[in-house]
This record gives sequence, C-alpha cells and structure tokens, in this order.
Amino acid sequence: MDYQSILKKLMKEDERFVVMTAENRALLRDFPDKLEDRFVDTGITEQALIGSGAGLALRGRIPVIHALAAFLSMRCFEFVRTDAGFPNLPLKLVAFIPGLLSEGNGPTHQAIEDVSIMRGIPNVHVFCPANAQDCTIGLEKVLKSPNPTYIRYNTRQTEFKHSTDFEIGKAEIISKGEDVTLLVYGTLFEEALKTKEMLEAKGIKTGLMNLRMVKPLDEAAILDAVENTKNLVTIEDHFLTGGLFTAVSELLVKNNKSIPVLPISLEDHWFKPVQLDKILELEGFTPEKMSEKIQNKFFK
Amino acid sequence: MDKSRLEELKKIALQARKTILKMAVGPGCFAGSSLSLVDITTYLYNGYLNISKDNLDDENRDFVFLSKGHTVPALYSVFVENGILDKSRIDNHWDPKDDIYLHPNKNVPGIEFHSGSLGHGLGLAVGVALDSKIRKNGSKAVVIIGDGELNEGSNWESLLVAMTYKLDNLIIIIDRNKIQANKKTEDLVPLEPVEEKFKAFGCAVERGNGHDFEWLDETFSKIPFETGKPNVIIADTLRGKGVPSIQERVDRWYCSFNEDEYKELIKELENNA
Repeated sequence: MDYQSILKKLMKEDERFVVMTAENRALLRDFPDKLEDRFVDTGITEQALIGSGAGLALRGRIPVIHALAAFLSMRCFEFVRTDAGFPNLPLKLVAFIPGLLSEGNGPTHQAIEDVSIMRGIPNVHVFCPANAQDCTIGLEKVLKSPNPTYIRYNTRQTEFKHSTDFEIGKAEIISKGEDVTLLVYGTLFEEALKTKEMLEAKGIKTGLMNLRMVKPLDEAAILDAVENTKNLVTIEDHFLTGGLFTAVSELLVKNNKSIPVLPISLEDHWFKPVQLDKILELEGFTPEKMSEKIQNKFFK
Repeated sequence: MDKSRLEELKKIALQARKTILKMAVGPGCFAGSSLSLVDITTYLYNGYLNISKDNLDDENRDFVFLSKGHTVPALYSVFVENGILDKSRIDNHWDPKDDIYLHPNKNVPGIEFHSGSLGHGLGLAVGVALDSKIRKNGSKAVVIIGDGELNEGSNWESLLVAMTYKLDNLIIIIDRNKIQANKKTEDLVPLEPVEEKFKAFGCAVERGNGHDFEWLDETFSKIPFETGKPNVIIADTLRGKGVPSIQERVDRWYCSFNEDEYKELIKELENNA
C-alpha cells in the first residue's frame, strides 16, 4: 500500500484521524477536493495549521498535517514546541521535500536544519524513512504512536527490500562490518548502500545502519556498532550541526566512548538548487565520492 | 437579567477582585489587566458556560482558552468563588510546591491548556470548535484575547480558517482595555476601527461595556449572532477596573504590592463597590 492508501485506510478505521494541510496536496492527490469534516485545508498558513491541529489533538484527534518541510519545521516552530511538544499531543507533521528533495527550489525551500530543530523539542519524535517503501513500512506505527512526530517524508523509490520489522526508535541493521559502519537516515540511504558495496569490493568490511528514526535514536544499536567496528561514518542531507553527527557525538561523549567518526553532510552552506543527481555530484554524496572520502580518511 | 442574579454576579466579581489583589502581593502578578477581564470571567463561569466543578471531564462541556495568559488571576479568582479551585491554592502563588504561577497550566483545575505566548489561543479554539462540529455536540469554544495581542499575525491566520469552516460555535472575546503592556494601543499600533477588521474577516461582531453584566447577558444570549459566522465580542474595559488609584494606568500592568499597600487597595475597592 502506498502513503495515501494507508492514510485513507486509517481514516476509515479510526475516527481519531484528521487530515490537515496548508494547501499542500502533493501527497493527497486522491483525497476528495470537497472539504469534509475530517479533511481540513487551512490554506497557506502554518501557525493556524499547528494551532488548530493542537486544538483537535486536545480533543483526542490525531491530526496528520501536511506542509513543505522548510515551513513546517521553521515558520511555525514555536507553535510546534509550545502547542504540541510541551503538552505531548500527537500531531503528525508530514514534511514534504525535506533535505535535498527540494531540488531546484532554492534556499527558501531547503529544510536542512529541520532534524536539528525538531529533535531539540522534548517529546517530539523524528522519523526519517529511507525511501517511499521504508516510509509505508513504518507509517502506521508512527501515526498511531502517542507522540508528536516529525516525518521527513521521502518520495525516493527503491528496489531494496527493507525489513518490515519496524519499531519506534529501532534502526534497521542492513549489515555489520568490523572495519567501518555507515550510519544513515533518509534520502541518502541508496547512496550509502552503494557506498557499502564499493567499500566491500575493496575488501573493507562495512556495516550499514538505516536509522529510520533520529529521535528516539537507536542508541543500543549504535553503541553495539561502536564495540564491533573500528570507524563510524554519519551520512545525512542536513547541515553538520544538530543532526545525526551531533546526536552520535552526544551519545559517544555521554557513554565515554571514543571512535573515529567521519561526518558526511552539508557543511555550513546551502546547496546549489538543481536536480537531485546533480546535487549529489556537487555535494559529494555520490557513492563514488563517499567511498573515496571514507577510504582517504580511514584506509589509506 | 433579574436583580438578584445581577447582585450575585457583582458580589462574586468583588470577591474575585480581592483575590486578584491578594495575588499581587509580594512577587506580584499582572493585576491591572486581570482586573479589566474579571467581570467577563465572572459572567462566563456563573451561568453562561457549561462548565462547573462537577463537569470538568465531561466530553460535551464548553472550552475556554485564555490566550492572554498573563491575566490568569481573572480565572483563578473566579474558580475559587465557584469551587473549581480550592481557595488554599491561591496562597501557593509563586510557591514551588504548586503550579500557581504567572500563566495558566493544566495542573490547575479548570484550565484546558497552558498559555502565555500570545497569539496561540485562537488557533487552539478553532481546532476545538472544528472537533465540536464533527461531534455535533453543541459544545462552544471560547477564546479570550487581549487587544494588544491582536498585533500577533497568527490571530488573523486563524480567523481566516474560522470563517472558512463557518465556526459559529466559536466565541472570540476581545478584552479591549486599550492599553497593551506599556503603551496605549492607539499610541503604538492603532487597532481601531477594530469591529470593521473582524467584520471584514467574516465574523459577526458585538461591542459594548465589558463591565456591564446586563449588557454581557443580553449579548451572550444572542449567540450565535449569525448562522455560520464566528462570534466576536469586543468588550470595552478598563485596566485596573474597580480600584481607582490603579485604574487606567499604563504603568499598572504588572503589579507587586506590599501588605500595607494591599490593605489600602482593598479599602479602595470596597469603597468603590
């Protein structure tokens, strides 16, 4: 089932679900245009969207809220923090075209600090599926969880068969490897998978973890990798600050663990607004460039 | 409104004002703007709303959001009078053992949602009013907004949504005391003509004296003012109402009195009643 089918099924089965959007219909093309009781389009708003979503949640509803990632994470940040985070209300924020997926839109639409922003709010979970298939695997559990959740929606398609075993706060362990372990979430999963294959072709034993959720982070899986691998790489389409690299650094310091870590992310800059394959090339996120970076850092 | 009910409301409001002044002793509270609102909260919680100490968990009760959260003494003081809040908890103002602080929070009975950050209440009330429309239970969503608070753009976003969804179960009360934190509203960011603004946003609007229980009763009895339109009540009020020495003073938003000042203010209040 795809995203819309799952959402429609839940709407049918469970009266608590309300679909909301700030006139962002990309994920709701099959929803009736007629405004129904449990389909609320607030127009181009973010504060009213989150505020009214919180009001609905206060009365026991689960609003599934659609807007572009950049605006949903930043324009109404204080509303998410104060009206959803503090009271721990289950608003589900479906963030469209996060990270590199904004492609040619330009810096206004680049949500590349969104993970940092959202993971900083108590109670808020952050779900970053590797692709559309991975998203549908976790979707129902994420939407039914009691926490407010930021869903870094991912439209990329894959041939990879993800594990259907999904739990909140659990990573998908693709492989274990004693030389290096790649930690990745979201959009760059496919590139990380190919990077792993390229490293293995060079005889480097490579682990790969699809984190699925940056919060709660699968700390046990990462600490286990630290014990059983010599090096870590964090891969994310996000600013270096505040995302996975930061979360892993915090975890290591908190647990008195020391291990070489190579962060692969957007450094302190916005990316050139072009098509995804070009961005991957320009920002060094292709498997060729990532495996080269990893070899230069750890295996020279 | 019959005379005995009018007298009863006046009596409750007087007691509530005493509580507000008491809360302003020591570290203090936003007494000035609480005194402008307290006649309205007295009216709402004593006969108008389907809210009482016995139905705070009733699914079909009415809902109130105090968006101008700093005037929470105008709620707590009324809650004490109708038994929603135990009087002894007022003594815990600022005490770490309780949750009676400067802004509302859900650890105090009768409070539906925390507030303090301006411009949040209307969005919440819109969501609750939408829910009541889905339930078709006739429950009302009331939001109390300060006039200065209307500077916040989120109010106007939410109004557009309220109009779109024809939320005639939504009641927006503007405490129009004409003074925001430190300035007269018309000297800072002028709001008038404020009725026209709400009308232009598709609301049905009534305006009158927010200290006059008979006007309040007449006005609230007419809700919904128009089918399919959000109800807006612009209540003209006075900051510090009831205590002449602080009434309408720009510098009496936040108040902190010592015991002697408090005694004087109580005398003033009683003489003025």
